[in-house]
Amino acid sequence: MAIALADRTPHLDIDPFSMEFFEDPHSAHEVMREAGPLVYLDKWSVYGVARYKEVHAVLNDPATFCSSRGVGLSDFSKEKPWRPPSLILEADPPAHTRTRAVLSRVLSPAVMKQIRDRFATAAEAKVDELIARRSFDAIADLAEAYPLSVFPDAMGLQQHGRENLMPYAGLVFNAFGPPNQLRQDAIERSAPHQAYVQSQCQRENLAPGGFGACIHDRVDAGEITAAEAPLLVRSLLSAGLDTTVNGIGAAIYCLARFPEEWERLRSDPSLARNAFEEAVRFESPVQTFFRTTTRDVDIGGSTVPEGEKVLMFLASANRDPRRWENPERYDITRRTSGHVGFGSGIHMCVGQLVARLEGEVLLAALARKVAAIEISGPVKRRFNNTLRGLDSLPVTFTPA
Amino acid sequence: MTTVNFVHPDGRTQSVEADDGQSAMMVATINGIDEIVAECGGNAMCATCHVYVDPKWVGELGAVSDEEDALLDGVAAERSASSRLSCQIKIAPGLDGLVLRLPDKQI
Repeated sequence: MAIALADRTPHLDIDPFSMEFFEDPHSAHEVMREAGPLVYLDKWSVYGVARYKEVHAVLNDPATFCSSRGVGLSDFSKEKPWRPPSLILEADPPAHTRTRAVLSRVLSPAVMKQIRDRFATAAEAKVDELIARRSFDAIADLAEAYPLSVFPDAMGLQQHGRENLMPYAGLVFNAFGPPNQLRQDAIERSAPHQAYVQSQCQRENLAPGGFGACIHDRVDAGEITAAEAPLLVRSLLSAGLDTTVNGIGAAIYCLARFPEEWERLRSDPSLARNAFEEAVRFESPVQTFFRTTTRDVDIGGSTVPEGEKVLMFLASANRDPRRWENPERYDITRRTSGHVGFGSGIHMCVGQLVARLEGEVLLAALARKVAAIEISGPVKRRFNNTLRGLDSLPVTFTPA
Repeated sequence: MTTVNFVHPDGRTQSVEADDGQSAMMVATINGIDEIVAECGGNAMCATCHVYVDPKWVGELGAVSDEEDALLDGVAAERSASSRLSCQIKIAPGLDGLVLRLPDKQI
């Protein structure tokens, strides 16, 4: 056999989990996209894909790019996971196929029809309350408060202990990152949040009719075991709240910064659902996920060996000019189908319909009731290894 | 190339050429057929690429899977015996002339 050609994969000195990166990810994304279809990030010894085509391809080849060795930097075949692995996110077919089917049905389009009116009524009430206040923080008082007013009840959670939900989710998404300060601090403080979530996942603590109880009902149908059900409830508690908070926060931040798009939404509130979807593309609340290679594989003409971590830059793919026209523009009438803000393929966000429902009914209520959204104070970013969003967005509403 | 005929809710027929192997959803979105929303991008999760297959073509398509069947219960327009998700219809030479009627709403 001939001597292998020298590896021509560009090595970049970019740390995608550093504060410097979080301050301005877009220019670093561009550097990675333009460097080639595959890059190598020396800081954490990982491969990276930042173009749409390769991100989409990796997402859609789970046999080659597996999830069971973890979807963060940590390789579960070498390191003990910080918590028992997820039965859906951190699993491959065929095991994944069975658990995925359960959650898909619990969160199906038919179920969304049943909860739609309740979610819409709560959105109207929340917007009415904030119009009365005029000035408030659009993150704490709206992007967090609205999902907190509907999602825990839809899950069937007890009233007690809900304050653990956001810190637990922040921990989960920080833990996908490298062993940096963000991850270490989150894990050090995690014990009470983990204890709450573990207890809240048990059947006796979930109200009948909620998503949590529906998962446990599948045990009776023989689709999952009694030991699996709490872990599947945990998946919804991990990924069902903070993500929608950041998605809604992104949409409000976009509409406050792009007044022409806000005017288009006001004149046609039926655009609300796509305005939310476009915000998910534009801001990509979930920025990255890892996969691990199960064999030597060619990406863009270079070979990635077996057992390597590959970091997918979802946010970069969603602004790749090879795929999107004017990607830097927030355009609420854009054809957004195909964006990877919710992922793609077998692991695509199982709660995407809940996220869209929340985003749609909230933006539609804003479009009907609010004339103008003005940013009225300093905007502060929140830092997380995986999630992108704001800590504070002071705004003033002008009533319609 | 295989010809697929999309019939809009107003009765207008739009005939497009499709590559074999593509899904009917992809064919629709590539050709700017706005009635196909396809929020999930073809992952059989959202039920927003619903079509009514012309009765004489229903038997030419593969069977509806349990997953697709469950999703069809959640479509926005009325479900009929010929309802399918277009992301689950793979274009093949035997489907030349396929007629797909578009519903008036997907959400």
